Amino acid sequence: MSRTLTIDHVTRIEGHAKITVELDDEGRVADARFHVTQVRGFEKFVEGRPYYEMPAITARICGICPVSHLLASVKACDEIMAVRIPEPAQLLRQLLHCAQFVQSHALSFFYLSAPDLLLGMDGDPAARNVVGLAQKHPELARDGIALRKFGQQAIERLAGERVHPSWTVPGGVNKPLAAEDRDFILGELPIARSIARRTLKFFRGALDRYRDEIEHFGNQSTRYAALTGVDGNFAIYDGLLRFKDADGNLLATVKRPADYARWIGEATMPGTYLKAPYFKPVGYPAGIYRVGPLARLNVAEQCGTPEADAELAEYRQRFGRMPRSAFLFHYARLIEALYCIERMEQLLEEPDILSPHVRATAGVNALEGVGIAEAPRGVLIHHYRVDEQGAIRWANLIIATGHNNLAIRQSVKQVAERYLDGRQLTEGMLNRVQAVVRAFDPCLSCSTHALGLPPLEIRLLSAAGEVLHAVKV
Amino acid sequence: MPNRVSIRLDGEYIRATRGQTILEAARANGKFIPSLCAMKGLHPVGACRLCVVEVAGVGRLLPACTTAVQDGMSVTTASEKLRHYRRMILELLFAERNHVCAVCVSNGHCELQALAKRLGVTSVRYPYAFPRLEADLTHPRYVLDHNRCILCTRCVRVCSDVEGAYVWDIGARGVQSRLVCELNVPWGQSENCTSCGKCVQACPTGALAEKGFAAEEMTKRLEPIARLASSRGGRI
Repeated sequence: MSRTLTIDHVTRIEGHAKITVELDDEGRVADARFHVTQVRGFEKFVEGRPYYEMPAITARICGICPVSHLLASVKACDEIMAVRIPEPAQLLRQLLHCAQFVQSHALSFFYLSAPDLLLGMDGDPAARNVVGLAQKHPELARDGIALRKFGQQAIERLAGERVHPSWTVPGGVNKPLAAEDRDFILGELPIARSIARRTLKFFRGALDRYRDEIEHFGNQSTRYAALTGVDGNFAIYDGLLRFKDADGNLLATVKRPADYARWIGEATMPGTYLKAPYFKPVGYPAGIYRVGPLARLNVAEQCGTPEADAELAEYRQRFGRMPRSAFLFHYARLIEALYCIERMEQLLEEPDILSPHVRATAGVNALEGVGIAEAPRGVLIHHYRVDEQGAIRWANLIIATGHNNLAIRQSVKQVAERYLDGRQLTEGMLNRVQAVVRAFDPCLSCSTHALGLPPLEIRLLSAAGEVLHAVKV
Repeated sequence: MPNRVSIRLDGEYIRATRGQTILEAARANGKFIPSLCAMKGLHPVGACRLCVVEVAGVGRLLPACTTAVQDGMSVTTASEKLRHYRRMILELLFAERNHVCAVCVSNGHCELQALAKRLGVTSVRYPYAFPRLEADLTHPRYVLDHNRCILCTRCVRVCSDVEGAYVWDIGARGVQSRLVCELNVPWGQSENCTSCGKCVQACPTGALAEKGFAAEEMTKRLEPIARLASSRGGRI
């Protein structure tokens, strides 16, 4: 008799989700599903609003990476205004973006994932959280808190507020950087850098413990998509969206943001509000691609900053040029945090960074705008159409977790196949299924632009569709 | 007839000028009475009812902005009853339209928001009406967002009293009332609008704003309107 396992709900992710594992008649894993159970309707209710309100409205999609939404949105608005924003504004937006990567990656690594990595996947779930981490590894927990604080403080210094700042506006930013704020951030940078270095060193040392996870955690052959600079190097604020296959061959380069729809299709799946974007030339559902830290490091040639490049070289030496395991998201995230800290220093030392020329003004000069930026979790696309007066007539948002939807589903199946023992949801299996989801650092509130309802549930279903075992976690 | 009158304001004797309203007399004596529709330079209409006060011997509450002082009058400007009604009025204003401060151009510079804070309105006890309302973006420089309008008619009055263009009015009745441009045409099609922007400056919320301003960016200036009105012999 076939059965279904359900994990309801998955904890330590941003948002709420449910996992269903379907067994065949022999009790083997037949399929796995990842359901996101909320809907928020941002794309619909923004219709009729002036385009320049979009940054503030869409930032409310997320409290963890509002800066990414702000940036994708202002870039789409820049296109509607058809302006080239002043250079200092470009630099300041990049600076803000780097600060947000640091804080978001610190949150993902130290608060959400480190408890699994350091306290053991089979450990007591009651202690497997950031409090448990602080008890067992106080120095690491302190580093995590300090690194996140650094990112948040830098955002506050730049944008005036840590969450949902209104500093980034269509055409640039609304206030230049003050010298004292630049000096403050520069003063805090060395500590942040030493935390990133220390954590990378620690993580490298611990890698041997996770051989099994690296082997079985979403170790998939997929395509990858990420922004890169014109030179092919790592870029998070602006650049060309590139697709590579699992072997590193370039599949596509999206030269203009508005062309994204030539390469990305969006499918809807039953049982989840999360759409499934796919690589169009391959079609649905085979056109799986991944975005996020792993994809960015796979697609980029180099990082472009000395320390991050050295770390990247070592990472590639260990795992090859195109690593596949979703477990390495964690490693990649730490390298990116180091890159962002180095990049912040470069940006703060730019001669123009304090320039008061930070905003371009214009009316509606184009009826369509697309903004693509890298969010900490991967490629983020905001696409707006407006009427002559600038009222939004149509909006489409594609969020990182959406791009990863098909890949998450595949990863869950893979982990379930490896760790499912019999017909019960054991603690170890549940934890690993959740941990693989967590490795993607999905932001479900973002991905469905959704709201409410409890976190994650895992269900085991028979071939007849009967619920055999369900666990809420 | 003597021009000066004496009234009692919350037990305190104050001197006022005949013809002054209670609100004007209170303000001249540094006394705060909450109000939204009253504005220096514009004739009072008593639209928002936030300035209601108790007058001894009168069985009902009176709006301070439209009630003239009388010699020997005794006025209470703050009491539990008044606080109750004022809070209720503010909550109903919030419930009636879609006031989303976080994404509003006037966030942090809004008179409605500031008053709600001052009067301790931290929640709304009435169900929100969530009306489906459009923003009129047809004017090249300004935008009218009905979601944020409280029907105080300051824009209507500044346009007629000070600019003399008579662009704005209130259309329909009751909860269906809307600010209308001329004979209910899109603002961009107005024949009389001089694009002077006085209505935008007079608006206490983000309902009328300049285009292109992002959240929190719109600040308004009321003094130039009061000065203009005064120089044209209007009431100040």
